[in-house]
Amino acid sequence: MLRFTVRRMLQAIPTLFILSILIFAWLRSLPGGPATALLGDKATPEKIEALNHVMGLDRPLWEQYLGFLGRMATGDFGNSLISADPVLAEIGRCFPATIELSIVALLIAVGAGIPLGYLAARYRGGVLDNLTVGVSLIGVAVPVFFTGLMLKYVFAIQLGWLPPSGRLDPQIDATHITGFAVLDGLLTGEYDAAWDATLHLILPAVALSSIPMAAIVRITRAAVLDVLNEDYVRTANAKGLDARTVRGRHVLRNAMLPVSTTVGLQIGLLLAGAVLTEKVFNWGGIGSLIAQGIERHDYPRLQALILLAALVYVVMNLLVDISYAIIDPRVRVR
Amino acid sequence: MTNLVEIEDLKVHFPIRRGLFVDRVVGHVYAVDGVDLSIRRGETYGLVGESGCGKSTLGRGLLRLTEPTGGRMVFDGTDLATLKGEDLRRMRRRMQMVFQDPLSSLDPRQSVESILVEGIRVHGLDKGVDLGKTLRDLLTSVGLPHGSLRKYPHEFSGGQRQRIGIARALAVRPDLIVADEPVSALDVSVQAQVINLLEDLQGEFGLTYLVIAHDLAVVRHIADRVGVMYLGGIVEEAPAHELYTDPLHPYTRALLSAVPVPDPVVEDRRERILLTGDLPSPAAPPAGCRFHTRCPWKQATRCDTERPRLRAVESGHKVACHYAEQIRSGELRPHSVEPELVPELVLDP
Repeated sequence: MLRFTVRRMLQAIPTLFILSILIFAWLRSLPGGPATALLGDKATPEKIEALNHVMGLDRPLWEQYLGFLGRMATGDFGNSLISADPVLAEIGRCFPATIELSIVALLIAVGAGIPLGYLAARYRGGVLDNLTVGVSLIGVAVPVFFTGLMLKYVFAIQLGWLPPSGRLDPQIDATHITGFAVLDGLLTGEYDAAWDATLHLILPAVALSSIPMAAIVRITRAAVLDVLNEDYVRTANAKGLDARTVRGRHVLRNAMLPVSTTVGLQIGLLLAGAVLTEKVFNWGGIGSLIAQGIERHDYPRLQALILLAALVYVVMNLLVDISYAIIDPRVRVR
Repeated sequence: MTNLVEIEDLKVHFPIRRGLFVDRVVGHVYAVDGVDLSIRRGETYGLVGESGCGKSTLGRGLLRLTEPTGGRMVFDGTDLATLKGEDLRRMRRRMQMVFQDPLSSLDPRQSVESILVEGIRVHGLDKGVDLGKTLRDLLTSVGLPHGSLRKYPHEFSGGQRQRIGIARALAVRPDLIVADEPVSALDVSVQAQVINLLEDLQGEFGLTYLVIAHDLAVVRHIADRVGVMYLGGIVEEAPAHELYTDPLHPYTRALLSAVPVPDPVVEDRRERILLTGDLPSPAAPPAGCRFHTRCPWKQATRCDTERPRLRAVESGHKVACHYAEQIRSGELRPHSVEPELVPELVLDP
């Protein structure tokens, strides 16, 4: 098991290395550049050239890349061209917000998606089944920002039940430790802050969870239906197990294999959804960093962010593979 | 000998549902349609028939793994059809099944130990016994090494997997084992081993078997009595030896004549009966005798109007044919049969 894990981790290194080359080349192949973006309308070719020289962007691409690689090895991803802060510091400031949002969204998606998918399969053809399948189709088809806007309009603006945007009421003076607003509130005993942060979380998290939840519902339903028809479920019945044991030990456990793959992949996609959701709810996570970075051609920031996203994705896939080996003896490498 | 199992007029019909928005029942597949069958304690009853004749469904219907549409299945004095919930679950201990595909019928995520222990635990057979010894004894009985306990089904060969399936069934100390095509998924060389194992275990544990197979040789070897099924009904039933030497039903005759005889002289001379036409759809079985559309002995009267009952021609030899005696005496001769078009009714199984 340990060997399997270590081997998979080592395999991730070339993936990230190749990706770093691709990102580097891709960003610099985009039309325009940071100098044009910084100088705006007043740009003259001379000024752009001068600024490029200052930023070292006039040197050959391979030289720039080697420099980037060398600094990255020492943990230096460069400074943002917009704020002049170290990129890692920026990310460290904004990432907890995104993680908090993503984790809650994922919990909603898994916590509601698996039971719903299971019930839909168990009462196949029933009202619940048709309803879940229909709604999950809509969930997959409607983009996150639209779901977000609709939720905001109905629950925040029309009904006024929940705050429309932000992470915390500005009037609440909360202490920050981890950057996770709810966790901070609980740790410091500022329960009013924790509660307020929770309320702020609900709408964006629900919006962000809509697509992964729909995917999880559909996969769970399909997987359970598949397993229900398996011979070993008939064997389990023939053994004389009671129906609950058959469902729990044989049906659900085996159906979790494809579901765990989907959950892992959805975590990767969650980051993309988070960028859009954060925009709608003015969340202040890495979504705004990315959006701003793309507008202004902020190479260092984008390089770091995309590599980070890739790292998250690779780690998630690794976790899925490991979980596979844990739950399915057939996958185990000897 | 008393009867352990008595099946009366067992019917298993599957509804065919169609419809664009709302499913409605447009017909039924008459998989098992009125079967009477009894199995004596300690005997092996072989059930043969071609694919799709309903023999597997009969086995599952008997154990209520598939819900029967009608009929009675009396197991050791208890009517299984009326049992519910907990009573049925307890009764399952006494009647186990060995399945055709030994791999797919075992949960891939369970080790052999877990597969065996699960049934033992759920029926409370682990109280006051040395579980480790029970498991080792089980493995010894079916001829698996003791080290198998921690392995998973996919790590075994086909024959070994079937041994696991048999050990699994034995683990709860049943009275009846329904073996549904127990060897058809195995290599021929392994088939004999598993068949012999089943025979040995019968003696050791006093088991009663219902062996379902399409392979006449397998059934001949293991069965005491044999029933032949055609389109959801039993057409002939006799002691194994008698059925193979003196088949009465035209269908049985045709089946047996398809088995080559390992003697070139006999093989060249013997009469072969080739059936023409396709097996009619079990969703639209022919009226009268189910076999009359393909029967080389079909007569102008009765065959296509009156469904023959399974009747005793002599002691222990039952046949469902109006003209069995005349066919046996040679009074009726086989004639050619115009293949009848099977009405197109596309069915998804």
